[in-house]
Amino acid sequence: MPEVRLENVTKKYGKIIAVKNVNLHVHDKEYFSLIGPSGCGKTTLLRLIAGLVQPDEGKIFIENKLVTHIPPEDRGIGFVFQTYALFPHMNAWDNVTYGPRVKAWEEEKRERIGREMLEMVKLYERADAVPKELSGGMMQRVALARALAADAKLLLLDEPLGALDAKIRFDLRYELRKLVKDLGLTAVHVTHDQGEAMAISDRIAVMKKGRILQVDTPQELYMKPQHVFVANFIGESNFLEGYIVETNDKGCVIELRGGVIVNVVNQTRNKGERVVLAVRPETLSIEKGHKKGLNCITGHIERFRFEGTDVRYEVRLKNEDVVVIVRPALMGEWFNEGEKVTACFPTDKSYLFTYPSLGLRSELALE
Amino acid sequence: MDGLITVKGRNLGRFLEVLSSKRSIRSLIYACTVIFFFALILLPPILGILLKWNLIGQIFENSSLMSRAMSAIYASFAIALFVSIIDVIAGLPMAWFIWKGKSKWLNALDTLADIPFIVPTVALGYSIWLFWSNETQGISSLFGASLVSPGWLLIILVHFVFSYPAVVRVMVGALFDYKRTYEEASRTLGAAPVTADRTVTFPILKTSFIAAFTLAFARSISETGATVIVAGTFENGPVLINNLKTTQQLGYEGALVFVSFILIAVSCMIFATIMILGPKLKMPVRKVWPVAERKLSSHGLTNLRNTSTLLVFFVLVLIPSLFVALPAIYAILNGTLNEALSSTGIWQGYWQSLSLSYGVAFVATLLNTVAGLPMAILIARKRLGVLPSTILDVLVNIPMIVPSIALGVSLSIFWNNFPFIPEIGLLLFAHLSITYPYFVRSMTAAIERVDMDLEEASKTLGAKPFAVFRTIILPLTKYSLFAGAIMMFTRSVSETGATLAVVTELKTAPVLLVEWVKQIVPASPMEIGLGCGFLIILSFVILLISRGTVRGRY
Repeated sequence: MPEVRLENVTKKYGKIIAVKNVNLHVHDKEYFSLIGPSGCGKTTLLRLIAGLVQPDEGKIFIENKLVTHIPPEDRGIGFVFQTYALFPHMNAWDNVTYGPRVKAWEEEKRERIGREMLEMVKLYERADAVPKELSGGMMQRVALARALAADAKLLLLDEPLGALDAKIRFDLRYELRKLVKDLGLTAVHVTHDQGEAMAISDRIAVMKKGRILQVDTPQELYMKPQHVFVANFIGESNFLEGYIVETNDKGCVIELRGGVIVNVVNQTRNKGERVVLAVRPETLSIEKGHKKGLNCITGHIERFRFEGTDVRYEVRLKNEDVVVIVRPALMGEWFNEGEKVTACFPTDKSYLFTYPSLGLRSELALE
Repeated sequence: MDGLITVKGRNLGRFLEVLSSKRSIRSLIYACTVIFFFALILLPPILGILLKWNLIGQIFENSSLMSRAMSAIYASFAIALFVSIIDVIAGLPMAWFIWKGKSKWLNALDTLADIPFIVPTVALGYSIWLFWSNETQGISSLFGASLVSPGWLLIILVHFVFSYPAVVRVMVGALFDYKRTYEEASRTLGAAPVTADRTVTFPILKTSFIAAFTLAFARSISETGATVIVAGTFENGPVLINNLKTTQQLGYEGALVFVSFILIAVSCMIFATIMILGPKLKMPVRKVWPVAERKLSSHGLTNLRNTSTLLVFFVLVLIPSLFVALPAIYAILNGTLNEALSSTGIWQGYWQSLSLSYGVAFVATLLNTVAGLPMAILIARKRLGVLPSTILDVLVNIPMIVPSIALGVSLSIFWNNFPFIPEIGLLLFAHLSITYPYFVRSMTAAIERVDMDLEEASKTLGAKPFAVFRTIILPLTKYSLFAGAIMMFTRSVSETGATLAVVTELKTAPVLLVEWVKQIVPASPMEIGLGCGFLIILSFVILLISRGTVRGRY
């Protein structure tokens, strides 16, 4: 069955290392996403799986078969390009039946598959339309039908929704997942949109500078980021620098700037270690006035923004660190700019990372 | 002082900007551009033929001349058609090789493929004649007899060589502009490389292939300098016109007008047909032969195709093109170079001719650049409306597609009605006509590539039309402008057909070399070789400058 395995795969373009020593296992019938900032190597990785580029080192397996040097036409894949790459000199029908035709399938089978695929994407009525007569969403669906018509069990999608309007993109992503699951396919989906990846994937690989930092389910990536970059790229986090001043069997105590103390449970570090504390904005609580309590730090509202579903506060703490706190707009009271407040850190939903050797700013950088 | 110049320059710029904001001034500039085009470029060659229309009856009274003319016209089109087909067949794999290859040597190969384009055709013709026909120096010396005698086959070889780079250039350009994603999509759907190319890439690039074919056809139908050298007793259109003009036999004027008219009219008809029917041409994409095309895509056959492509290029194109270097080297070794440099013997006129060639080329380039730029803007930005701009776009091509000697004959008839114009004026007018389309085409394409949004952004920031031109269009198209100007310059230096037709006293370098080769002025192979050598070296320098310029490294 179409599972994909990459072993120590490296791809260089001149001096630039696009993909560095990547090991990856995509399971059969899994909807898998590759995400990361622009230039992180995710599209190169997808093209390596497709055979559109050759690795400089390493091995690629599809269905447990070594395919490293097998050309794309013999890998049994379906590829949907960001720009769809619908052949402009062919109509929707000829585009969709292109795969069966070049594989010399019998005419009857070609006709049946072409019809089924176009009906599946609800575009059979537009079979005679050439690409320029179709809307972006229609082109995307024809591209998908074309990729599936050649009997691909492994679907590779390179930012397939990237060129669409936000609303259409939102609707199509669920259609895409449903289709893949209904047909029992394995899909590898490249995107830079973490919301899209979280919504449709069984598992996600987060990439940065040619490396895979973490592979996990959307929930695990969000709840248990194992890398400071992942904590920033998936969702949003506040990052505060500090030192471990005490460790115990429950967790540890961190001293932030200005001698502010925060307790964290279920996290072990060495005493004296320089660390980065990451806290999700929605896990911080906020109370009116200056109050005392475990993990509670006083400060004032520096900026307030209403964002529809949520309200967003930027709170300057007494130690001059600034944290973002997000609260549901329709729950609780709102605070005004300049108002004195107390921000309380959760003990069990904060994460500790060793302070990066190249500095926090460099580690979080998207480019 | 510098400050004063800057202030003056700034004032001039400001003055031009203010002028350009006046609609009447802009209309005046465009009117002058259109008048220049019609009065100097397009109408003289058309009116020339019409002025002598009454002479055309002469040829109908002379049946032997008539049959000679018909055979020559037929030969011209048959050779052009055949050459264009083999050029596309041979040029396509070369363009493919340059496009797909990964070796760093491909850049050098790309430059080498341009050489026959830049070498003046007279020198090229002589070089190829030496290589294939000369029994003592070229490849024929190995066999003791002329391998390819002057005649139609040698004409085909020569035409193939000088139109090959044009075909490769157009195709390489098209391939590099091509979105490779289409080919990749085809491969991921199961198509072998050959199938992907045949069913996806070729049909998408169809118009570029037609353009390459058209260019090869135009170059072949128009070429005179090299053809005259390698024709022997064989006659195609341009050779016949040249022979008629040289021998001036009874009724030759009528024959000149007749042959020129037919060549111009048929060329225009063929190009119109290609322009109208070309885009409608359907390529067979539905039928696929998976097994055969898979075999054709194999490494072995791909390597075989690449090797044969390189072999064809080196054996048929490059080595014969540069073979003239051999007698040139002999000439350097045996002292002919000293004679040449001291301007003794036949070299007296050579340097004068060379200066004339480069002088005319320089002036023609300058004038056409000034007159062609507004025309390119008019066409690219459709300033006169869609239909008039499209018509102008088509008309601009005419001087390029009609045989240059026929154009020259017609031009000389027209301008002879103005006896006060000196011969150098006629020469300049002929070169203006011939080179104008090369610049306008190149600039039109470049301006079309400049996003209109940039111009509009500039206008919203307060820029007047001249400022938009100076700060947006010019910087973004300057490489095409240089490339177009250099193309005009080299085309002018290389021009033989129209020059032969319009001049009687003056001799440009190609005309002089034709006389040397034809032994009208007795010259030794070493002298001819050296004469060609100087032209080629100068052309090389220009090629290097142009490539550096186009890549923005110069």
